[in-house]
Amino acid sequence: MINFEKDNDGFVTLTIDDPNAGANTMNQAFSESFAATLDRLESEKDSINGVIVASGKKTFFAGGDLKSLISVGPDDAQRLFEQVEGIKSLLRRLEKYDRPTVAAINGAALGGGLELALACHHRIAVDDNKTEIGFPEVTLGLLPGAGGVTRSVRKLGIAAALVDWLLQGQRYKPAKAKEKGLIEDLVATREELLPAAHAWLVANKENESARVAPWDVKGYKIPGGTPSTPAFAANLPAFPANLRKQLKGADIPAPKAIMAAAVEGAQVDFDTASRIESRYFTELATGPTSTNMIQAFFFDLQSLTGEALRPSGFDKRKVAKVGILGAGMMGAGIAYECARAGMEVVLKDVTQANAEKGKAHSEKILNKAVGRGRMTEEKRDGILALITPTESAADLAGIDVLIEAVFEDADLKAKVFAEALEFISDDCLLCSNTSTLPITGLARNVPRPSDFIGLHFFSPVDKMKLVEIIKGEQTSEETVARAIDIVQQIRKIPIVVNDSRGFYTSRVFGTLISEGVAMVGEGCDPVTIERSATQGGFPAPPLAMLDEVSLTLTQHIRAEAEKAAQAAGIELPSEVGAEVIGRMVNEFGRKGRAAGAGFYDYPTDGSPKTLWPGIREHFTTGTQYPIADMEDRYRFIMALETAKCIQEGVLTDTASANIGGIFGIGFPPATGGPAQYMTNYAGGLSGFVSRAQELAAKYGDRFEPNAWLVERAASGKGLIGD
Amino acid sequence: MSAPTSANEAFIYDVLRTPRGKGKPGGSLYEVKPVELVSGLLKEIAERNPSYDPGRVDDVVLGCVTPVGDQGADIAKISSMVAGLPESVAGVQLNRFCGSGLESVNQAAARIRSGMEDMIIAGGVESMSRVPMGTDGGAMAMDPQTALDTNFVPQGIGADLIATIDGVSREDVDRFAVRSQERAARAWDEGRFAKSIVPVKDRNGLMILDHDEYIRRGTTVESLSSLKPAFAMIGEHGGFDSVALEVYPNVDSIDHVHHAGNSSGIVDGAAVVLIGSEQVGKDMGLTPRARIVSMAVVGSEPTIMLTGPAPASRKALAKAGLTAEDMDIVEINEAFASVALRLQSELNIPDEKLNPNGGAIAMGHPLGATGAIILGTLVDELERTGGRYGLATLCIGGGMGIATIVERI
Repeated sequence: MINFEKDNDGFVTLTIDDPNAGANTMNQAFSESFAATLDRLESEKDSINGVIVASGKKTFFAGGDLKSLISVGPDDAQRLFEQVEGIKSLLRRLEKYDRPTVAAINGAALGGGLELALACHHRIAVDDNKTEIGFPEVTLGLLPGAGGVTRSVRKLGIAAALVDWLLQGQRYKPAKAKEKGLIEDLVATREELLPAAHAWLVANKENESARVAPWDVKGYKIPGGTPSTPAFAANLPAFPANLRKQLKGADIPAPKAIMAAAVEGAQVDFDTASRIESRYFTELATGPTSTNMIQAFFFDLQSLTGEALRPSGFDKRKVAKVGILGAGMMGAGIAYECARAGMEVVLKDVTQANAEKGKAHSEKILNKAVGRGRMTEEKRDGILALITPTESAADLAGIDVLIEAVFEDADLKAKVFAEALEFISDDCLLCSNTSTLPITGLARNVPRPSDFIGLHFFSPVDKMKLVEIIKGEQTSEETVARAIDIVQQIRKIPIVVNDSRGFYTSRVFGTLISEGVAMVGEGCDPVTIERSATQGGFPAPPLAMLDEVSLTLTQHIRAEAEKAAQAAGIELPSEVGAEVIGRMVNEFGRKGRAAGAGFYDYPTDGSPKTLWPGIREHFTTGTQYPIADMEDRYRFIMALETAKCIQEGVLTDTASANIGGIFGIGFPPATGGPAQYMTNYAGGLSGFVSRAQELAAKYGDRFEPNAWLVERAASGKGLIGD
Repeated sequence: MSAPTSANEAFIYDVLRTPRGKGKPGGSLYEVKPVELVSGLLKEIAERNPSYDPGRVDDVVLGCVTPVGDQGADIAKISSMVAGLPESVAGVQLNRFCGSGLESVNQAAARIRSGMEDMIIAGGVESMSRVPMGTDGGAMAMDPQTALDTNFVPQGIGADLIATIDGVSREDVDRFAVRSQERAARAWDEGRFAKSIVPVKDRNGLMILDHDEYIRRGTTVESLSSLKPAFAMIGEHGGFDSVALEVYPNVDSIDHVHHAGNSSGIVDGAAVVLIGSEQVGKDMGLTPRARIVSMAVVGSEPTIMLTGPAPASRKALAKAGLTAEDMDIVEINEAFASVALRLQSELNIPDEKLNPNGGAIAMGHPLGATGAIILGTLVDELERTGGRYGLATLCIGGGMGIATIVERI
């Protein structure tokens, strides 16, 4: 696994190349091989003048073994602690090896990869824009437990290590990583890497300070100081407070543990700091949050950005030209994303002026990037040149994909499709960007319903990574495959769901909003309603989000649903909060943010929005619930609706449920998404069911888990499958 | 003889301590923050006494001699919060140097006996690895004018001076040290500390330390003989011998007999004692283990500094109407061997009654905690042997002594 090659000058090149995996990870085989390699380095030390640590893969080293980390629980703490201490002792041996060592970073060095590199005395990376360097552990609910916290703090100082590397899990391009201090040198190409590493060893063969980590030199001071340094101590109290501010009160363990390990480690010697780091790592790894986050942000994401949901047997197709109907906010945003991915875009609206306005959206975003030095003018002009604004449907000729993004009105959508269909080929994929209208119904308006599919983009399109792909009853498998291809081509994350009103995301999002409004109706204080959501881990609170969506749109969607239900002869259950929304709109004239007034006031002088005092005056009656209950109401009502989506076959996989929930509608990321939340709840799915029953007893029947869910829990089958 | 009782007795309901770790980087407890050392014990009180209601605790009084850095900012209140005690529980840190742990017990007992309060957790903590002795400065040694006016010399010089005056030889102090090691090892082997020891574990419940790691088994007078006197150099080149001899003009020269092997060890550790009125114990269904009979604190000659235990003990005995012969066990902090030997000869304590389970020479002296630790050892040993009265005493920097007498119930 680690190839050992010694040249005539006594320079050893260690090439790590896991024969059983596409990337190197810190698995058992690596540990054993690494230990044997260190033994050999030590025994042959007299004939060795320096060591290059290199990779035989496209990437340098991928880090921890997530497959094993996702499954560890509190009972595994001792074993895991010893295992991580074992790996660290190997890295420490490398660091203390009395010869210069250099990491030759040919590709991504994330997490454990960067930790391995930091255990070398010097780091050289290929300045390749595709290479990422960083500590993404925090995004998986973990911390860099193989010395990443300890070494980055010692190298950069507590504040810089936390802010630039550890707390947000930033991934840097090599040049930026060098600027941020964890990489020393860059080379332009892979071919230059090993020669540069070799040259560094030659130059430093006799250099005493090149064969020892700076922090192992007596008298080394951590840059910026430690808690015992008055200047640093003066700012230290604000560290944890600011962290909580950033987390908006949500109880997310990893960044807290990272901060604790960084500060505590700075107060003690290296080996003790390293052990403290291992203890926090063990706590995070054996806790539920890392399990949830690894599931969602690694495994689920990997399957969605891969082939897991794509029907097999259809060649991957690359879209060259796309047509977009409607140059409003959504259409303009989709046009921008397609152009950025290199597609030719025909952006059609009813008037040329509207279409031009849609293109201007792209110009605005791109100008901002140019202004910040993130993009060249040539690149901007090239992207803009790909977008052709037009009022003429004839310009759609030659497109591979049509994406309709007009107002949410079935009749209007039918009309624009009919107009476009005259000019496009029979092979053109037909997509509708709708957030609620059933696809099967819309498909009836086109002659090729099997080629018709829903592509639900989220707003703002350039920021939101998710696209919900909705299969109509007649949508073909090939159409699904093509839809996944286009979403992946524009570098977004596809989830695939079956048709229903509101599909998956809008439907579940609606329950969150309704729950917030319901609590207004129950007389809860509006600030508590909002804060319990952010403390519960939601990125934005429900009343604020409802203002963004607009109260009237919510009413419109409900009216559409009622109309459809009536036509089908079904009675919809009454909607919680509808009465409050009715009064807000009809009695107080507060329709939402766009209208300038909703649950919040929107001062015209640009100062931040504030909750409308009228809420307290007209609705608040002093009702007080435990905050934990309020947090649970949001999470449970959404999770229960997700379960119904699974039961009804709207969702057929948990990855779509989790990623759609987190990336589309702000389900708390630390839970791993709604499906993971239910199955990894304390006590498992049965624990979730019991808590739901408790909530039902206190807050209403809508929390009562239905017979299907109760049975799934009791049988131990989980949410999907037999 | 029997000591008089009071209308408001102060009872000891439980005593707990951490094992003692070597007080330097590399020591097992170096990685553990002092707040964690204490909070682990505070949580354990509830674990061991299911009917105990922490809401009844009025105050947490903790001795800590170097209350800066990790131990600064009222560690008693902060560790109470870390332990999750109700916010109604107050906390105060005090410092009577090496007597702090017993001082906290005595203050708690006095407050209970006054009838003003019902239940107090007393104790102490010192992480000497994380907050080295002396890091808090202070005028005694750091202000020349003060040092000149008050004839300051370091404690080791005082200990050697005691040995010199008492005619205690190097072999005598080394023999006492060996005895401390042997008794401590025996006590551990026989599980005599089992009742009080609360192992220190990490946030995952993994073991960090479950025994006093300072003990050196197999220590002999011969093995100690190779150790060089620790205070000869500073006595001579630091000028301290001259200062001491100015105060003790009848002494020719100081015989430097103490070294690391016959002085108290530098260690990390913490201890707590749950003290309450009779009523609070009844309310909670707790059984008292001992009664605090009397206590005393005295000042003594500050240059020799360490001769306070005997006068403090006599004062406490007098208050209790008892004599040294009534004491079944005497626990003295083995700050230095000569200090313990001085007390033994002054009070004429039989060898088997003095520190029967070893002391700080073998197991270490975590400054702020030791008073509470030896009080706990005393209570445990009275229970084990069926003895009635016991005395705990310590010498104290600046020239003080402290003593507490307990009666097993």
